[in-house]
Amino acid sequence: MEDELVLLDFWPSPFGMRVRIALAEKGIKYEATEEELFEQKSPLLLQMNPVQKKIPVLIHNGKPVCESLNIVQYIDQVWNHESPLLPSDPYQRSQARFWADYVDNKLFMALRKTMRWKDGEEQEAGKKELIESLKVLEGELGDKLYFNGESFGFVDLALVPLASWFYSLETRSGFSIEGECPKIISWTKRCLEKESVAKSLPDPRKVYDYLLERKKKYGF
Amino acid sequence: MADEVILLDFWASMFGMRVRVALAEKGVHYQYKEQDLWNKSPLLLQMNPIHKKIPVLIHNGKPICESLIIVQYIDEVWHDKAPLLPSDPYQRAQARFWADYVDKKLYDTGRKVWTTKGDEQEAGKKDFIEILKVLERELGDKPYFGGQSFGFVDISLVTFSCWFHAYETFGNLSIKKECPKLMAWVKRCKEKESVSKSLADEKKVLELLHTMRKNLGIE
Repeated sequence: MEDELVLLDFWPSPFGMRVRIALAEKGIKYEATEEELFEQKSPLLLQMNPVQKKIPVLIHNGKPVCESLNIVQYIDQVWNHESPLLPSDPYQRSQARFWADYVDNKLFMALRKTMRWKDGEEQEAGKKELIESLKVLEGELGDKLYFNGESFGFVDLALVPLASWFYSLETRSGFSIEGECPKIISWTKRCLEKESVAKSLPDPRKVYDYLLERKKKYGF
Repeated sequence: MADEVILLDFWASMFGMRVRVALAEKGVHYQYKEQDLWNKSPLLLQMNPIHKKIPVLIHNGKPICESLIIVQYIDEVWHDKAPLLPSDPYQRAQARFWADYVDKKLYDTGRKVWTTKGDEQEAGKKDFIEILKVLERELGDKPYFGGQSFGFVDISLVTFSCWFHAYETFGNLSIKKECPKLMAWVKRCKEKESVSKSLADEKKVLELLHTMRKNLGIE
């Protein structure tokens, strides 16, 4: 029986991008649907993710899986015959989860503060935290090709969608990521050479235009 | 070669308790090292330089941080006994979702209940009860969140139960009245030795929070 896969997504979402990359890495076919997040949320989204009401949601043979890193681990476990995203060793796996969690909790928290359109203390604090977090991640990357070592993996996947927001961040906050974290930028370029990444990330300028429009329409 | 397992922890931490429960479930011998959170030890700072928080599990010298990540690690390493996560990938994804829900929602809202007053506290109380009700609905008529057996989601949530007395006292609320099925589940979990011997004394937790409230200038 063929698998039925539907991804409820929203094109500029870095969380949605993670799932797109994972599905592409595994060569999995799926139906992509676009949610209009700030308009009316679709009945399907509300039915499939009643608790958080957020994308991404992967619907596998009618059953929903929510939360991007959770979905990626699920994909890795079900389609385990190729392109492993998490290490097989339990200790390495715990480290991968730790760093992906760091990206989610530290980096994205700082990102939200930085992207506040109102200048102020919060935005400045966000900028500082963002650069600090990127530097910590740069330290963790070290001289490795990828966070996962020789091959692209879980932490790389968790972080690289942010690259499509770099232009917006730099324009909004007036700092250069390449200036602060050159290794992160060279790692980003390396990741973008992979088809699974390149086709899953939107054009950074389109992301910027979307954020400007969102500000005009909704004030944030 | 015998495993060397050390747990850096703080007696009142519901996050640390999760690791204690998991280790007890698996029958793992370990050395417990109480940490002073207001005067952090060189060992803690060396083992968790990023977050500087407990719990930290040190297994043969290598640190693992973040309670739910530690519990998953324990489940994977000591996999021959008492499985904590389901083997089915879909059930596993659901377990991770709910444990993550507890992590994201419960501590911060609970914190509002014991550190704020007036309108802010009322709003916090309302959110707190709502989150417990969502969890109660998810539990349904099952004996445990994991179904017939105690598992990952149960571990992630049950350790908050020794803080309930404090939340109720400072928030002037009754969790038993609002969520009777959840309290029945807590009682069921506490019948397990791994849980009862890992939870802190709720009166001592109340005393600790009284002291912290004084330090915060709330009372």
